[in-house]
Amino acid sequence: MERVPILKIGDVLLVSIQVDLEDQSVVALQEDLAERISSTGAHGVVIDISAVEIVDSFIGRMFATIASISRLFDADTVVVGMRPAVAITLVELGLTLGEVRTALDLEKGLAVLRRLGADREVRIEVDEDDEPVQAFS
Amino acid sequence: MTNPTQGDQLADLLRGDADELIRRWVGLAASSLRGRMTEAELDRELREFFAVLVDALSTGSRDIKDDAYADARVLLEELSRTRARLGFSPSETAVGVFALKRAVFELIERRGNDGFREVIALSSLLDDLGLWTFEFYSRTREEIITEQSEQLLELTTPVVKLWDGVLAVPLVGTLDSARTQVVMEKLLEALVESGAEQAIIDITGVLAVDTQVAQHLLKTVMAARLMGAECTISGIRPQIAQTIVGLGIEFGDITTKASLADALLHALRRAGVDVVRRRNQAV
Repeated sequence: MERVPILKIGDVLLVSIQVDLEDQSVVALQEDLAERISSTGAHGVVIDISAVEIVDSFIGRMFATIASISRLFDADTVVVGMRPAVAITLVELGLTLGEVRTALDLEKGLAVLRRLGADREVRIEVDEDDEPVQAFS
Repeated sequence: MTNPTQGDQLADLLRGDADELIRRWVGLAASSLRGRMTEAELDRELREFFAVLVDALSTGSRDIKDDAYADARVLLEELSRTRARLGFSPSETAVGVFALKRAVFELIERRGNDGFREVIALSSLLDDLGLWTFEFYSRTREEIITEQSEQLLELTTPVVKLWDGVLAVPLVGTLDSARTQVVMEKLLEALVESGAEQAIIDITGVLAVDTQVAQHLLKTVMAARLMGAECTISGIRPQIAQTIVGLGIEFGDITTKASLADALLHALRRAGVDVVRRRNQAV
């Protein structure tokens, strides 16, 4: 069984799937990913599937599962680089990815995460603004 | 059937009054073509064929599949191909060959000699040639039909770029499953190639939508969404809107706009582009 590598860039975890997945690898990936998110405190997960040509319903559900797991750790999931044939297959299978965000390529996926991350930073900035005011008074 | 002397007789008969025969033949053939070809053109064509035919006849062969008739067959194939391309009807095409029969009959009648055996032989030979023409005619017609349906599939589904990051597919005519499939694939491929995040499917030119077509459109939008692009449907006609509602088709959270202009504006906004009207031209 091949294990899919999980790379860490800043506070984003990058999962690049380069081979056609077996069900076992999918399960292993879900476990590994949960482990890594919890240990690194990552705020985003990018799953690059631009090399995946064949999907079945099991793999289709994987994205939704990973997204649900990530959300428990307050991390957003973006699936990037889905091929047209794969997209058509998933639609024909009647699968929706639920809350999973998608982007055309890795760059756009990272931009999506940055936008989402920006929301977080705004909240922090408001808190920081509050403090000096208190310090003044 | 192959009798050299008879073959020569028939060839001689035709050769002897060649000019008169051809003139009469062209006259008969031209009357059915109703001026869609000039008589000079027809004269050149038939004269060429006549020469080849007489050559073949003088070999004594009476079977059009013989090598002697190879040139004649090629000429006829060429003739029926051009006729089919020009839009002539089958009988208008075949009459070009059969008219020669009438011209020969008239000639023999006028002469009063009993060329009966030659006439029978020539008659069946010309029938064969006529059938050959017709067969080739219909084959060419089928080729044209196949070509056209392929062209239709390719040409009528262009994916155009409206703006940086905004693609559109203007659909015109009748949508069936095969065409919608092509549209779907072309659009998705174009999204990957161009990296555009906004797509517009404009159905202003679509006359009718049924459940199947609507289903395909929805699938296209869903697939685009899975790939990380947003899809807007625009240009739904009033009747089509009524049909969609009548059929109970749910477009869900898919954005629909009345016109392509509205859809473009929406797409631009989503892409982060503001369209601003200048207050004063002379600033």
